[in-house]
Amino acid sequence: MSTEQNYPIKKVNIICAKGAIEDVYATLVMGNGAVMEGIETNLFFTFFGLDAIVKNRMDKLHTAVVGNPALRLPGGLRMPTLLGVIPGMESFTSWMMMGEMAKLDIPPVSEFLDLITAGGGKIFACKLAMDMFKFKKEDLSEHVSGILTVGEFYAHAGGEGSQIIFT
Amino acid sequence: MAQKTYAGKTVDVNEEDYFTNPSQWTKEIAVEIAKEEGIVLTEQHFAIMEFLRNRFNSGEALSIRSINHSGVIDVKTFYQLFPGAPLKKATKIAGIPKPVSCI
Repeated sequence: MSTEQNYPIKKVNIICAKGAIEDVYATLVMGNGAVMEGIETNLFFTFFGLDAIVKNRMDKLHTAVVGNPALRLPGGLRMPTLLGVIPGMESFTSWMMMGEMAKLDIPPVSEFLDLITAGGGKIFACKLAMDMFKFKKEDLSEHVSGILTVGEFYAHAGGEGSQIIFT
Repeated sequence: MAQKTYAGKTVDVNEEDYFTNPSQWTKEIAVEIAKEEGIVLTEQHFAIMEFLRNRFNSGEALSIRSINHSGVIDVKTFYQLFPGAPLKKATKIAGIPKPVSCI
């Protein structure tokens, strides 16, 4: 018997605090993957990560083109960070990334939340960040189960075989 | 290569009991595998398994998202029909290899 079989992950609690495409998708892919494996799943969005569950922002996420040293042009050359300041470059790059993901059948954020909640995954917003950015409950996707304080988040995260992941 | 016997027929499976030869599958076999998984198969189960088998046979990747495009059931119903890990269970019962997709 391997260690994984002796101590299976029964529950994951994934925190997303950033709102760039790659940050949000890391959370959504890990979360949806957990739901697909039959693992109880809680996703907690805070700070800029809230953009992923704000209705009029969720499908318009961008990726950083300035100060992103891993960003490369088609063909593999590094993208000089100064090119990132050209107007429209961030939108164009983000559009390209979303296109590449769509080819792999990776859905837009709103549809991803549909899939996760259809399988029983739960989506939560952080109360403090909601207050700070002056969001109201109506601004959030209908898939959001609740707005939690830190204490409430920890209470939700409890249980045997439970893990907290900060993406 | 491991083998298992379902409904009086011997079939080839891998170490996780997934079929390695989908043409050996029959509906009677599916009923017995489903029983091992604690599922009683209905017409809806067979309809979505037919979709999965057709998609596999045409070489398309299987993902949870593709279920919404099946025209048979939506993802929520899929989770109810095959509780727990639906894509893994459904492909096992449908006699096709375990999907390698992350989504």
